[in-house]
Amino acid sequence: MKLPIRFAMLALFSVSTLAASAAPLTTDQQALHVLNRLGYGPRPGDIESVKQMGIERYIDSQLQPENIPLPAALSARLSTLDASNASAGEVLAEFLAVRKVANDGDEAAKQKRREVVGKIVEQDAEARIARAIDSPRQLEEVMVDFWFNHFNVYGGKGLDRALIGSYERDAIRPYVMGNFRDLLGATAKHPAMLFYLDNWLSTANDYQPVPGRRGAAQGQKGKATGLNENYARELMELHTLGVDAGYTQKDVTELARMLTGWSFEPRELVRNNRTFHFDAQRHDMGDKEWLGHHVGAQGQGEGEFALDVLAMHPATAHHLSYQLAQYFVQDNPPPELVERMAKRYLETRGNIREVLRTMFHSPQFMAASTVGAKFKTPYQYVISAARASQVPITNVRPLLGALNQLGMPLYGAQTPDGYKNTEAAWLNPDALTRRITFATALAAGRLPLNKPAGQDNNAAAPAVANAAEPPLDADSLLNTLGPAISAKTRATISNNPAGLRAAMALGSPDFMQR
Amino acid sequence: MNRRNLLKLMALTGSLVIPVGRQAWAAVGDDSSATKRKLVVVMLRGAVDGLNVVAPYGDANYARLRPTIGLARPGQDGGALDLDGYFGLHPALASLQPLWEQKKLAFIHASGSPDATRSHFDAQDYLESGTPGRKSTQDGWLNRLLTVLPGAASPTRAISIGPLMPRILTGRAPATNLAAGAAGTRQSILDRPQIGSAFDQMYQSSDKYASAYQDGRDAHKEVMTASMKDEMQAANGGAPLPNGFPNDAAHLAKLMRNDAKIQIAFVALGGWDTHAYQGNAKGQLANRLAPLGQGLATLAQGLGPMFDDTTIVVMSEFGRTARQNGNGGTDHGHGNVMWVLGGSVAGGKVYGDWQGVGDAQLHEGRDLPVTTDFRSVLAQLGERHLRLSNLQLAQVFPAMPAANPGLNFLRS
Repeated sequence: MKLPIRFAMLALFSVSTLAASAAPLTTDQQALHVLNRLGYGPRPGDIESVKQMGIERYIDSQLQPENIPLPAALSARLSTLDASNASAGEVLAEFLAVRKVANDGDEAAKQKRREVVGKIVEQDAEARIARAIDSPRQLEEVMVDFWFNHFNVYGGKGLDRALIGSYERDAIRPYVMGNFRDLLGATAKHPAMLFYLDNWLSTANDYQPVPGRRGAAQGQKGKATGLNENYARELMELHTLGVDAGYTQKDVTELARMLTGWSFEPRELVRNNRTFHFDAQRHDMGDKEWLGHHVGAQGQGEGEFALDVLAMHPATAHHLSYQLAQYFVQDNPPPELVERMAKRYLETRGNIREVLRTMFHSPQFMAASTVGAKFKTPYQYVISAARASQVPITNVRPLLGALNQLGMPLYGAQTPDGYKNTEAAWLNPDALTRRITFATALAAGRLPLNKPAGQDNNAAAPAVANAAEPPLDADSLLNTLGPAISAKTRATISNNPAGLRAAMALGSPDFMQR
Repeated sequence: MNRRNLLKLMALTGSLVIPVGRQAWAAVGDDSSATKRKLVVVMLRGAVDGLNVVAPYGDANYARLRPTIGLARPGQDGGALDLDGYFGLHPALASLQPLWEQKKLAFIHASGSPDATRSHFDAQDYLESGTPGRKSTQDGWLNRLLTVLPGAASPTRAISIGPLMPRILTGRAPATNLAAGAAGTRQSILDRPQIGSAFDQMYQSSDKYASAYQDGRDAHKEVMTASMKDEMQAANGGAPLPNGFPNDAAHLAKLMRNDAKIQIAFVALGGWDTHAYQGNAKGQLANRLAPLGQGLATLAQGLGPMFDDTTIVVMSEFGRTARQNGNGGTDHGHGNVMWVLGGSVAGGKVYGDWQGVGDAQLHEGRDLPVTTDFRSVLAQLGERHLRLSNLQLAQVFPAMPAANPGLNFLRS
């Protein structure tokens, strides 16, 4: 227990905006802090468990999610989501089939398409949300959200609706705490990203499509000729180096040339689940001058080389460290911490787990001025409310609706930079009203979070599900939340009618921050 | 007692807001003449293809650069709508033709930011901060505008439509956001006295959130009061409005008609980043332009006589490449076209220093150049429409370029 007390002592000398932070953090406060930052806040009993385990041990255990078993109920539930568990090829096959029929077809065909697409959307969302709320591997869930957002793909763009489940499951989740180069490579080669940022269409400038060739790409891709810079630009600007790293327009174009041919064939994907295809015909075979490197013709190797260089570039180390520190510590991350994390990144050749470890064990992370300093994003707000209240949920649509209302639709960031996570981005007059609206509905049991008995996961939720849920128990909720709700707020809550208290807790200013 | 304190008192006592009409507000010291001249800013996020919005069909290079995505000449199938014998309007914007003919719509072509970044995110940042090239600016130019405009601050003087508060309105002057469409004037859970009171108590003592919370309460009360007298709550007996921007624009117009204290409105629309398959007269871009045009026309019409005192400006962070790419789309460019609509616009004309799109004229051989700084356009708006002094303009746009004497798109 010596370490946290020393951090708390350091905090006494640091500038703090929280009146309560003049005193060192109690173990309750520290436990709440790690639950809020390494996860989506406490469930009933969580603060106590973390105290029992010890803060450092808790952090270390969360850094090794593979050693934490999933509850049987959660695993069972996830296994029923057949659309979400299917391969990219299988989902795409179904998606394309109903899309084709609906395009030429009648209202019945359009209805069928709505059902199929609706099921994909709902199950992908349920797979994500059920884990975020119920998985004991909380840090893994937070990192899935972080890296998905970092490598954002917009679910509403064409084929991406069908590919996004696989993208998160196959290209993000397995790599969230591993080596960054592996994560980078997985996203670069997944059809969701290749489609979203158009690289699947990019060809050498002198490419001529071969007409009528057996197995040739169909439709859009068949006719595509010429370089598309979109992915190359965002790969450097957003995914790795960052916008101020000093690369030029020429570097963007040269990188685009190196990445020509990185593509997929929808037919091959549908038939054989072949998610990546390096199309040598489309590749630009010329020499390139990129970021000070002379790159001769090496086919797919050129792109691999580029990813190697980008993954280990000091600008990338700094960019990623800044983003992680902003997400986990403070909106304006302490520069000293960012530098140390960047150094650790380069030392460990891009080991995400080790960078996280450095961050979580830093004095800045556990400083009193850090506690409660982050304003929850809509996603963090909705998930933490669901987690704290422990309402059984079989219909995620009300939660998706709330996220839409709050401006953060799940898989709905249209632009590749994804969603911000700062107070400036999310705190505004209307946001508070909307969150309070959600909180009061959740507390009163007015959200139709459960499908009628007997309905399985193969049917989309009906327009009117069972609306009668029991209201939340305010005492239990306040007990769960512990130091998250201040004494002052608790006093105000207890001065108000009993029927309002749970809503007040979830809609309180205290619960807006983490 | 001024209006803000009156509202606070009413909030604390949980009393209902009784609609008694504008005269009552006048009695407590309302000076709506300060907010008479309105500004609506529409930001198209994602770099709209200005060369296909106002297409230089009169330049032979245009068809050469855009063999499949270019608009055909006016009169042909898929042709542009002729504007002035040289430029043509995208046919999906046909709903704006009446305003062009009435000379209430003008364009400033080859305009934009002097900073050559092709990063969406940086470029939007510069357009919103009003200080291109400088990242250290904390606030947005629309907020700085609020700080120099004469008259009292009020909860709804500047509103942003939608769930996010944009950079352009960030700053020390209070601004609020409202939900788009009918939701903006729907009853809120906080209108119920017990609930409103409970949350008021909690938020009043929150260092961090009291101000945002109160701004939301005040703005909501204000729009609800204003809307009640026009029966906006009643169901729309007429034909249902289309979803999206036209619907939101109709509601915004009503909101502004009902609440004279709204002076500045901001709306952002996305989805313009057409790197592939943007289409020509029909297709992806056309599908996005149609509701935009309809919405602007709806807004102009819905404002009624207020449109005479309103200027609407449409802008985007940069344009797109003059030449189409290999995927039937366009990549990030530089110069774009700004649109202005309003009562004092000297419309029916395409302004700007147009050089054509020959190879020698293109910026870095690929983009429309910027020959009019966007701040010059906004400054003229500030000077002639909002009657700001040079000193005030300098506060809104520090380090802005010298005025261009040839630019005259607003009557004084």
